[in-house]
Parts: sequence; structure tokens; C-alpha cells
Amino acid sequence: MNQWKNFSKGFFKENAVFTLLLGMCPTLGVTSSAINGLGMGLATTFVLVMANLVISLIKDFIPEKVRIPAFIVVIATFVTIVEMLMQAYTPALYESLGLFIPLIVVNCIVLGRAEAFASKNSVGASIVDGLGMGLGFAMALTMLGSVRELLGSGKLFNVSIYPEDYGMLVFVLAPGAFIALGYMIAIIDKMKKA
Amino acid sequence: MDLVNIFVKSIFIDNMVFAYFLGMCSYLAVSKTVKTSFGLGIAVVFVLGITVPVDFLLYKYVLSEGALSWLGEGFKDVDLSFLSFIMFIAVIASMVQLVEMVVEKFAPALYSTLGIFLPLIAVNCAILGGSLFMQERGYETLAEATAFGLGSGIGWLLAIVGIAAIREKLRYSDVPAPLRGLGITFIVTGLMGIAFMSFMGIKL
Repeated sequence: MNQWKNFSKGFFKENAVFTLLLGMCPTLGVTSSAINGLGMGLATTFVLVMANLVISLIKDFIPEKVRIPAFIVVIATFVTIVEMLMQAYTPALYESLGLFIPLIVVNCIVLGRAEAFASKNSVGASIVDGLGMGLGFAMALTMLGSVRELLGSGKLFNVSIYPEDYGMLVFVLAPGAFIALGYMIAIIDKMKKA
Repeated sequence: MDLVNIFVKSIFIDNMVFAYFLGMCSYLAVSKTVKTSFGLGIAVVFVLGITVPVDFLLYKYVLSEGALSWLGEGFKDVDLSFLSFIMFIAVIASMVQLVEMVVEKFAPALYSTLGIFLPLIAVNCAILGGSLFMQERGYETLAEATAFGLGSGIGWLLAIVGIAAIREKLRYSDVPAPLRGLGITFIVTGLMGIAFMSFMGIKL
């Protein structure tokens, strides 16, 4: 039961994007389509789970004062692995995510979970926490990506819903990301209070 | 001529916040008053202005393919560019430590207002993003890399001071309840982004 709570908190109660507002750069940068959002979410999930696993294993050996650089090195290692894997197996996604894959290193969610959770808890709990947080993040990214893709180009997961001519280009471009996310946060806030 | 172009372009057209969404965490968290946001903005300009040229030298003379050929014939084929993130991050983390020490010593008032956010510059994606863009866009000289680093920093400063000024005024307006706080901040940022899009295509 406790593990389930630990897993599910990442989706709603402590959702990284909508309530904690962590990891904003990839959230806004890659969500021009639903597929990109999902890919980024899953890549981050992998890094989160692996980094949480390793950090919870080595937490007793790291001196208190150098823990942040040590965590960053662990995270950077897994990000490099993800980048190489994506380059090899999903080259199209790798191209469209571009710079944002290396930027997972500085995604506050990953370092935040390492510091707040993995450095204090057991291995099992840390993996569950990483998985929950990561999938919650992936869910948020996919939702935002779907909204932007639908409004901007009339498609959803590359399937045409209505003619592209009626799409509002601004939602695919940068400013649309801010506006769409602003309204989504407002809607979620309203739902939480209701 | 070219340097001016790079400088202006990185401030207005390729603005870190509005075009690439970099440095959003601190952009949202520290933009409540103009004074603190200006302090953080200056810190970012300073760190970017140092780390981008340092990382440029590191990339050019150590990490890129064939860069080690100055060590002798045997090193001509060495390609260490896969190490670049880890090296860039290490340089950034140590530069931030240095800036933190300097600010603590010479401007303690600023240090106490910025508090937790100075160490957080190390994980501010605008800084790492600056170095990675420098690598990706292939700037050729140290001067170009420096112009790019400073320009990006000033662009970020402009964005955060702008939003902080707007948020100070927003406190007196009647915003619908669910939008209050972050919702309206995002929407205003979006509108600022649309305004910045009008700079697109400018060439000096």
C-alpha cells in the first residue's frame, strides 16, 4: 500500500510539472508534438530510475559536502547512455529533441529527487519513486504536447484531426507553449480546489 | 561587424527564455521583485560570460576531434567530444562556486537575498545550454564565443527583469482566481515571447 502511494504521488499530488513546477525547460521546449513529449518523458524516466537506483546504493559512501557534484556525475553518466541509445535506435526522435537530451542533466526533477528522496531512502523505494515521478512527468509532457499539436497543426500523434490550414501556428512556436501551459495549470488548480 | 551581429542576435532573436525556454526554473522562482531578479540576472551574465569562453577553449584544444594534435603525432586521431557534457558541467559547477565566494565576500546584502539561487545557477539550464549551443553552432574564435555568451546572458537578464516588473504591477490587477500566480505568469511570458518574435529576421 505504502509503495503504491509512493508510486502514485508523482501523477497528481506531487506532479513535477503542474504542482512543483520543476523541469520547465524540457516541458516547454520539446512539447511541440505529442510524440516528442512522450519520448522526452520516457528518456527522463529512465534517467530518473537509474540515477535514483545508483544514488541510493552509494549514498552512504559520499561525504556530505561533495554530494551535489557526485550526484551530477552519476546523472550525467546515465544521460550520456540515453543519448547514445536514442541516437542508435530512434534517430528521428533524437534529431527532433536535439539539445534537450543533454539538458536532462540539469533537469531539476532528476537532481531534486536524488537530493530529496534517493539520498535518504532504500533502493526499492527509490526505484518506485523514480518510476512514479518519471511517468507523471511523461504524462504531463504528453498532455501538453497533444494540446499544442492539436491546436497548432490539427493533428494528434501525427494523425490528422482537422485540416492543417485552420491550425494556429503560434501554438507550435515558443510563445504558444507558455500560453497553453498557463491555462493547463489554471485548469488543474481549479480541479484541485473543486 | 560579425561580432555585433552575434551579440545582438543572441539577445533578441535567439533569446534564451523566449526562443529556447532555458533557465525557466529560476526565471519563474526569482521573478517576484525587480531587485532580486536583477541580481540573479547579473550573476547569470557573469557566469555565462566566463563559462562559454572557457568551455570554448576546452572544446577547441582538448575535446574536439584532432584537437590534441598539439601534443604530438600520436594524438592526432583522438576524439574526446563524447566527454563534453561532463567537462562542461564540471567547469560550470566550479565557476559558480567561485562566483558565490566573490559575491559573499564583496556584496553580502545581495548574497543574502539571492540565498539558495546562487548554487542553483549550476543547474540552471541556460548556462549549460549556452556552452552546448556554442559547441553546436561552431563559433570559430574566442571573441565570437565571448560575444555569444555575454549576449545570451544579457538576453536572459532582460527577460527576467521584464517579467519581474510586470509581476510587480500585476499584484494590483484583478486576475481570475485559478490563473493567479503562475498561470498568469506563463501567459504574460507567452505574450512577451510573441513581442520578441517580431525581432526575427533582423540582421546587422
